[in-house]
Amino acid sequence: MGSAPASDDVRPRSGGMHLPPTVQTAVKLLIVGHFAVGKTTFVGALSEIRPLRTEEVMTQAGALVDDLAGTRDKTTTTVALDFGRLTLNDALVLYLFGTPGQQRFTELWQDMTRGALGALVLADTRRLDQSFEVMGVLEELGLPYAVALNEFDDAPEHGLDEVREALDLLPSTPLVRCDARDRVSSTEALIALVEYLLTRTGELEHA
Amino acid sequence: MTPRRRPGERLVRSYVVTDGRSHPSRNTLDLVTLLIAADDLPLTGLSPEKRGLMELCRPGALSVAEVAGHLELPVSVTKVLIADLIDSGHIVTRAPIPSARPSDTRILQEVLDGLRARL
Ligand SMILES: Nc1nc2c(ncn2[C@@H]2O[C@H](COP(=O)(O)OP(=O)(O)OP(=O)(O)O)[C@@H](O)[C@H]2O)c(=O)[nH]1
Ligand SMILES: [Mg+2]
Repeated sequence: MGSAPASDDVRPRSGGMHLPPTVQTAVKLLIVGHFAVGKTTFVGALSEIRPLRTEEVMTQAGALVDDLAGTRDKTTTTVALDFGRLTLNDALVLYLFGTPGQQRFTELWQDMTRGALGALVLADTRRLDQSFEVMGVLEELGLPYAVALNEFDDAPEHGLDEVREALDLLPSTPLVRCDARDRVSSTEALIALVEYLLTRTGELEHA
Repeated sequence: MTPRRRPGERLVRSYVVTDGRSHPSRNTLDLVTLLIAADDLPLTGLSPEKRGLMELCRPGALSVAEVAGHLELPVSVTKVLIADLIDSGHIVTRAPIPSARPSDTRILQEVLDGLRARL
């Protein structure tokens, strides 16, 4: 690693908010994890556009609301969705969606995960137990994932083997360290995820 | 200076812009479906929100999620507007298949190459 020239030339030439006219395909990856684990920071470190934020209005039962008949109701709640964009080549753009992984927002999950390539679970060694819910949702939805430990400055040092065991990860699930504030470190975490997705697909095809 | 909208007002606006309907075809739109505005159709007769959406998309393609973010509307409401604009021919989607199949090895390899090129 390290010798690749800094090639920022794949970013939109205009530097603007619109995609180049040559882009044909859009793919998405999810950046998930519990409250304050670093999702927004991670998306912001990688995005070529000012990260955007939108929200979904949900009923308590987890259904999407698309009119005010539902949104006026006291029993609705909003779920924030941060996202960013990386134009990877002339024809391909990658979107990153950062969202908390609450179990009950089933319909939002289905909308977000439909067509998604996979997910990166951000975890914090100080609160590993809080990552189980989101990993459970991903497993239920059948969305493959890798885990990145977002290391906070005051977090105690843990070996990756120890963390792997605590999180009860499958031997094949990638586990990497990252600093969500750092573009290179966050890119490397995504690379670990996509390498895993590629291996997995290769295995499925040859099965 | 325009005062910041209070959160409640946005929801009222959401209701007005979609006439309180839930649109059956919104389910065909993905968060990353790319939208292209037809530049040969007049905007006359469109609601201010749809006109705003068209003006947002005219300079180049944007995803459904980006349009929702820029318009500051919930995604589900934005999809209702987009579905109407697709029906009227004002918006076309970039590809018949809005997103890659997750098992597409070629796409995954391209994503990997694109990410590595950024290091
Ligand atoms: N030291 C350190 N701080 C971090 C790191 N990543 C994020 N932070 C800080 O942790 C706080 C929470 O980060 P966010 O990115 O907002 O987390 P989030 O997951 O989006 O949080 P919610 O959306 O509220 O669930 C912020 O103050 C960040 O600056 C990291 O790698 N190291
Ligand atoms: Mg956040």
